[in-house]
Amino acid sequence: MSDTPKSGLNLTRRRLIGLGGATAASLVLSGCDQFDFLGQRDHPVRDVLERANDLTYRVQRMLLGQNALAREYSPSEIRQGQRPNGSVDPTADDYLALKAGDFANYRLSITGLVERPQAYSLAELRNMPAQSQITRHDCVEGWSCIAKWTGTRLAPVLDAAGVRPEARFVVFHCYDRMPAGLAQPQPYYESCDLVDARHPQTILAYGLNDQVLPVSNGAPLRVRIERALGYKQPKYVHTIELVESFAAIQGGKGGYWEDNGYDWYGGI
Amino acid sequence: MTIQAPLNTAAAGRGPLVYRQKLMTRLTHWVWVICLFFLLLTGLQIFNAHPVLYIGHESGFEYDNAVLRIGAVNTPDGPQGRTVVFGQNLETTGVLGLSGSESAPQYRAFPSWATIPSFQDLATGRVVHFFFAWIFVGTLLIWLVASLINRHALRDLVMGRRDWRGLPRDIASHLRFRFNHGRSYSPLQKLSYGLVLFVLFPLIILTGLSMSPGMNAAWPWLIEIFGGRQTARTIHFAAMVGLTLFFVVHVAMVLLAGPINEMRSMITGWYRTSPGTERAEGDKP
Repeated sequence: MSDTPKSGLNLTRRRLIGLGGATAASLVLSGCDQFDFLGQRDHPVRDVLERANDLTYRVQRMLLGQNALAREYSPSEIRQGQRPNGSVDPTADDYLALKAGDFANYRLSITGLVERPQAYSLAELRNMPAQSQITRHDCVEGWSCIAKWTGTRLAPVLDAAGVRPEARFVVFHCYDRMPAGLAQPQPYYESCDLVDARHPQTILAYGLNDQVLPVSNGAPLRVRIERALGYKQPKYVHTIELVESFAAIQGGKGGYWEDNGYDWYGGI
Repeated sequence: MTIQAPLNTAAAGRGPLVYRQKLMTRLTHWVWVICLFFLLLTGLQIFNAHPVLYIGHESGFEYDNAVLRIGAVNTPDGPQGRTVVFGQNLETTGVLGLSGSESAPQYRAFPSWATIPSFQDLATGRVVHFFFAWIFVGTLLIWLVASLINRHALRDLVMGRRDWRGLPRDIASHLRFRFNHGRSYSPLQKLSYGLVLFVLFPLIILTGLSMSPGMNAAWPWLIEIFGGRQTARTIHFAAMVGLTLFFVVHVAMVLLAGPINEMRSMITGWYRTSPGTERAEGDKP
């Protein structure tokens, strides 16, 4: 480079600087709507950017190990009720019928790639070994709320059904319906890998802050996956399905919010 | 009227052209420019999803631990943008809380020109934010290793005793817009670049990681350093403000100190020094 005639270099530099300046100025002047294309869920550039989420998932799984625990808090740190968010009062007919009967007829089904499909009433779930944990719920929007969750661990429930070796994901199907643009509202669903499903703090929660889990927080049953964001904690769960792939379920991305552009892992 | 540039005297009074910025410094500098542009504007998008900052582990909904709240309120004169900082009410109509035109008002914390995408889209903000966060962190690690090996970090950025002694004078001359173009950074440059690279960059990365529930389980000590997830979020925001202020001053200094020469040094590495700068081997006339 030092051999290049100086005048020529200067010209190129000026041009380069001028071009750079013009680009920067146009970016600032016209605002940021020229990056609005990134909002298109199937845009190829967005596909590339989304690969960073796979990297995050892999790296965090490596750092986390199987059983690293989410922080637990002391009872004195519960200073308020658990803030309800998303669906707070489902209106699906089947749910309303169950609610009218105080969930006496509720059944949690364990289906899909299992040796022995199961169905449990709420009383049966409550009779399983119980576990309580005071943890922090982190919403993807940015807020946090500390509450005490009581339930039974998911891992023994899966073991009782006998997870088949080809199963890779656990899908949670819910009673609440979510808006889906112009189409019919779609049921909320979520999924996680078997590491999170078997994690010691992953519970099927039926109690909140020493009370029966209220409807606004997911009655009668909500999943707690404590190392993930709030949208990974599905409420109003009626079916747990073991699958090899969730590509054929609804939008194919493994969850209602995932189908709407959010990352599947949800650990950050 | 024409102004004749005193070409000959200028040429005679110029210091040597020195090779000031190594390739690694220049490359990482421009990668960070791109990263920070996207990180800032998608960060504001993410902030807009819940435009309140708190102190502590959680967000107070039934009690108040907020230190910043951006929103809109109804007044007898119509809706107003309202920003509350440490209990102080500020009217911020037009920019924060309420922006857009009178016929099409927009109720959002940061205005659409300051976010990517321009419309409310948390999912996309997160996708873009995390992509550039990875590039940013990766580039910082590469830079750190390279700068320790080529001695850029210790030689050019760490303040020595002479730098501290020269700092007041350097601040005074910067305030008078008198810039000495030396072979190496002036004390004020060292101090500000050092603060950005060794304080603000690590701080914004670590507070970002502290907001991840996965990382909280992997590195439980991290969130304790910052005093809780919501405090970490607040510090993340404050570090962003710090970096934005640095950017504004940095660009202003480049413009005042001679944008062509400054840009040239950050693109080609070669920098025209002030008259009287001693020549050394490898310099150009």
